[in-house]
Amino acid sequence: MAHLTDSPRRAPRRASRLASARREAALGAAMVAGPVLGALGFGIAPLFFIAWYSLHDWQPLAGRFDFVGPANFVELAGSKTFHQSLLVTGGFVIGVVLSETVVALLLATLLNRRLRGIGVFRAAYFAPVVIAYAAWALVWDYLLASNGVVNSFLGLLGITGPDWLNSPSSALVSVILIVLFKGVGQNMILFLAALQGVPRELTEAGELDGAGGFGRFRHITFPLITPTVMMVLILTTVGALNIFVPIQLLTHGGPGGSTNVISYYLYEVAFRQQEFGMGSAIGIVLFAVVLALTLAQWGLRKRWVHDER
Amino acid sequence: MSADIVAAPVRRPRRRILGPVVLYATMAVLAVPFVYPLLWMVFSTFKPIAEIYGAANLWPNRWTTEALGKIFTVNPLLQQYWNSLYTSVVITAITVLLAAMAGYAFARLRFPHANKVFLVVLSTIFLPVEVTIIPIFRWTAELGLLNTHWPLIVPMALGPKLAVAVFIFRQFFLSLPRELEEAAMLDGMNRFSIFWRIVMPLAGPATATVVILTFLNAFNMYIEPLVFIRSPELMTVGIGLTRYQDQYGDPLYNAQLGATSLTVLPVLLVFMFAQRQFVESLTRAGLKG
Repeated sequence: MAHLTDSPRRAPRRASRLASARREAALGAAMVAGPVLGALGFGIAPLFFIAWYSLHDWQPLAGRFDFVGPANFVELAGSKTFHQSLLVTGGFVIGVVLSETVVALLLATLLNRRLRGIGVFRAAYFAPVVIAYAAWALVWDYLLASNGVVNSFLGLLGITGPDWLNSPSSALVSVILIVLFKGVGQNMILFLAALQGVPRELTEAGELDGAGGFGRFRHITFPLITPTVMMVLILTTVGALNIFVPIQLLTHGGPGGSTNVISYYLYEVAFRQQEFGMGSAIGIVLFAVVLALTLAQWGLRKRWVHDER
Repeated sequence: MSADIVAAPVRRPRRRILGPVVLYATMAVLAVPFVYPLLWMVFSTFKPIAEIYGAANLWPNRWTTEALGKIFTVNPLLQQYWNSLYTSVVITAITVLLAAMAGYAFARLRFPHANKVFLVVLSTIFLPVEVTIIPIFRWTAELGLLNTHWPLIVPMALGPKLAVAVFIFRQFFLSLPRELEEAAMLDGMNRFSIFWRIVMPLAGPATATVVILTFLNAFNMYIEPLVFIRSPELMTVGIGLTRYQDQYGDPLYNAQLGATSLTVLPVLLVFMFAQRQFVESLTRAGLKG
């Protein structure tokens, strides 16, 4: 009896719940439509397209778009310029990632204390992060000229500085330094937040046990901030692989290809030599490197990252 | 043990006086490569061209304003400034609107394959611009939109940078307590009104983060205008800075540094007033330009 009287009341309620779930699904789909279509159109689709283009000899100026199979990749594999570009990219990424991580940690450790006016220094180290890369690179072009400010300073100390950006032996290091000072503030802040999350009792306990400053850092602080170190490593690596502005503005990959990182080489081949098929092939390699390094670092995190939540 | 007791009072005072002095000195020296370039840039605007190279001095030996007039006449900087400003505002507005809606939907609404769809969007954030720009260049050319602002605005407002913004909003909405929304739902408010009237007004921090991040990214855009724009009057400031030469092709150092100062100083000024917000925004988002 109860059963009979119950069901007619429950059925419409269930129907209305179903209708509201359907409305919610429709609303959800509508609200995510923009970014989803955008990601497909301006992220995923371009990837498939350059994969397709990379199999072509595509030179718009010559009106050519011919399917050539893997010929572009074969040519790259035998190209001295490309080999050099890979080496330069490796050196650049290692230089930037190492220097940015170490300097950021040092600065964060310095700033991690209560001291009057410390905010001014934090702001100073962070300031280059907010300004346009083009502006930053341009100013350093002046500073690093053979008779620029840096060499004038060195001259006061009796040192003859090199023509930083125009000699093959110092150009890459110069660009790494420009990139370091531009971006290290961001990593510094990430580390600073991590350091402030390390409980004071732990480092004080270490001090009582007689651990020196470096020992405390190595055995207590560092293990606790490894998740942040991980994040900084991945972000800095990806950022370094995407580098473009300082190279395009200051060295054009030179002198003698010594700063010809792969992201700039792609631009040079595609947009200046107008060989878009080859440029696409380089793009595929660049994407593969970004993907491989990100996955590798992510995969290695279990080995040494503390408290993977 | 006894050595400790004796040593302690000797060591402490020395540390207290010397420590801060050494610290301040170290921090000041370390600040030089971060700050000196910016100061040098501003002061060198007022140096004669001959004084730019060959000396390390900050202060001009001879002050001149000869560069100031040329900043706007040699290169249409004002027009380029406007181009950068309005494209950045449009990109930022679209990004905030779309990312907030999508972030809310991903955080709260149930719809089919929500998690998989989110992963698809998220997977694009590490894609290098240099990779995606080749197909986008082709499409732009086919649509006849080269040398317009469309290819600057649309890919940046809808592409990987938007995905980052969606992620920031989603994380923020996930951290909000559900009670307010549940109460509004019991009052019979519909889902979209809840989002727009109740949740969005609470989303100030996430919105500020996305606005700062997106605006800076857009304002500092470089490779896109380099590839898509030919006419000087359609250029954005970043590229405009590289166009300071007199009619004989000789570089106008002081005018170029003046133009650079003018693009950097407003950003730095806003940064100084909203320092905490900037620092939080750029680090919470984490991604590097």
